[in-house]
Amino acid sequence: MVDVDVRTRNNVVVTGNPDGPVVMLAHGFGCDQAMWRLVVPVLEPTCRVVLFDYVGAGRSDLSAWTEQRYSTLDGYTRDVLEICDELDLRDVVFVGHSVSAMVGVLAVAARPAVFAKLVLVTPSPRYLDDGDYRGGFSAADIDELLDSLESNYLGWSAQMAPVIMGNPDRPELGAELTNSFCRTDPEVARVFARTTFLSDNRADLEKVSVPALVLECRHDAIAPPEVGAYVHARIPGSTRVTLDATGHCPQLSAPDQTAAAIARFVTGAP
Amino acid sequence: MKVHREEFSSLLEDSAEDLYENAPCGYLSTTLDGRIAKVNATLLRWLGYEREQVVGRLRFADLLSVGGKLYHETHFAPLLRMQGEIGGVALEMVAVDGRRLPVLVNSAVKTNGDGEPLLIRTTVFDAHDRRAYEQELLRSRREAERERDEIRRLATTLQRTLLPPVLPAVPGLETATHYHHASPFEVGGDFYDLFPLADGRWGLFLGDVCGKGPGAAAVTSLTRYTLRSAAVYDPDPVAVLTNLNTVLNQEPDTGFCTVVFGVLTVEPGHCTLALAAGGHPPGLLLRADGDTSYVTIPGGQLIGILPDARVTTTTVHLGPGDTFALYTDGLIEARTGGDTRYSEEDLLDFAATLPPTSAAGVVEAFVGLLERLGDGVEDDTAVLAIGVPAR
Repeated sequence: MVDVDVRTRNNVVVTGNPDGPVVMLAHGFGCDQAMWRLVVPVLEPTCRVVLFDYVGAGRSDLSAWTEQRYSTLDGYTRDVLEICDELDLRDVVFVGHSVSAMVGVLAVAARPAVFAKLVLVTPSPRYLDDGDYRGGFSAADIDELLDSLESNYLGWSAQMAPVIMGNPDRPELGAELTNSFCRTDPEVARVFARTTFLSDNRADLEKVSVPALVLECRHDAIAPPEVGAYVHARIPGSTRVTLDATGHCPQLSAPDQTAAAIARFVTGAP
Repeated sequence: MKVHREEFSSLLEDSAEDLYENAPCGYLSTTLDGRIAKVNATLLRWLGYEREQVVGRLRFADLLSVGGKLYHETHFAPLLRMQGEIGGVALEMVAVDGRRLPVLVNSAVKTNGDGEPLLIRTTVFDAHDRRAYEQELLRSRREAERERDEIRRLATTLQRTLLPPVLPAVPGLETATHYHHASPFEVGGDFYDLFPLADGRWGLFLGDVCGKGPGAAAVTSLTRYTLRSAAVYDPDPVAVLTNLNTVLNQEPDTGFCTVVFGVLTVEPGHCTLALAAGGHPPGLLLRADGDTSYVTIPGGQLIGILPDARVTTTTVHLGPGDTFALYTDGLIEARTGGDTRYSEEDLLDFAATLPPTSAAGVVEAFVGLLERLGDGVEDDTAVLAIGVPAR
């Protein structure tokens, strides 16, 4: 069905208990599957954990990236569905962080038969303010983020390209550089940032037909509690758990709480 | 000496507290969730805040621009958690009066003896000058990229105008062509064409102007149009090339070319090609029965150098399933590793593996060969093949 090696393309890693329920952990904008490394050990004994990098992120196959495919969330959703098909996954509990929560919403809406449950970690269906809706950001704020990205990528191609391209078979060399986790090609990052922060998926929330958990932090500058409440209200029958944690990445700032909430939802009654 | 040492040591006794408060950089300590526990006077002065407004009240991210906050949450904080430290990050802080302060930020997580994280220490450096310099670099890079795209576009457009867009269909004959650009930034000097003559026969040519770039493009254009007009006046191959030689010699400093010009007579099931050449690599003849050989047109001199260049002629007959291919020397001069280059012998060996084939088959095989030679092909390469369809 797909004429590419999806496992390599998306750097798919399968770990944990082969007989357990399938938990697919999807990273958001800014990083890669390394984001989940404090949560994975907690889930491994009971779950079959599937990790991956979206094309363009982490150790995915950069040559498979095209601006056309990855400038809408549909492209990222196709990555998820192609991985599910390639691994023949069923009854998947999809855990999407940040923008990946919306990728999860789109994936469930497109192929409900593949998914059993959906966990939305610090989700936001729309970052920009729109009429009465408060996403928290203006278009100018997003331009400012793009500037921040750009000024922190100065010299990227000169520094990174020889390391990555000169040692394709020794990717660990890249990890020795400072701030080398989650390094992304600036062009890829710019497109992902625009796609993340300019998408509007409010109307897609009601299409979620599987049990859903909204997992949010008490203090989150990117997805504040009001946005979490909005997502919870729009997804029929969803559960909302507010972690006593700060920041947009509870899988790093409160990994035990985050893993426990995911594990409870995976094993508990739907 | 003693006095000196005392003065020096009193300087060194600069108190740690004073050094912290008035260091030439901002200091900031926060809890793991970012709440500011301690901040030095330098940073407070830069931002215009009173200590009470900040300590215990604000988080580090609250001092950043909105874009900076987004960057902090999606990149800075996760990396700091994973690595224990992060350095040289460009952010913008916002002063109490709304002023923007471009800064470079370093953070490290302080741990206790058991490696448990306790707090985050951050240093902040004023980066006004550096940011201005970076913005200038960024602007220059964008400009360079724009110009690069423009040059590529110009070269591609110019290149297209120098090639016939699509060869006309010749009844009873199969034709195929390929043009390989060695560089998207330069206009190469290879050219070819195939066109009807007034008496039902067909003219064709393929050649290579010495050099690259705008000068070569101008000569290529002059050469093509001279060949076309000369063929209208008298299509005899020797006359056409003699005409071209005269024209190129009339232009001072225009350079020279290698070229093959042919007149094609097509009859049911076979064709005859009368060829004249000036200094051009031999054509390849691939017979239907598998016999493959070069058609040398020996002795011809480069066109455009001498007032009376010697042009030599030969005739090729093609029967059903026979194919004849002309090409330029980008192919046979391609590097194949070290000092070795793809030779005429290599090309003949390669061609011998192709029959039974067709004009399209030969060109397709050449395209594959060019792909395999990859970056070894340093010059543009044009290929033109004609063949009589097999019965």
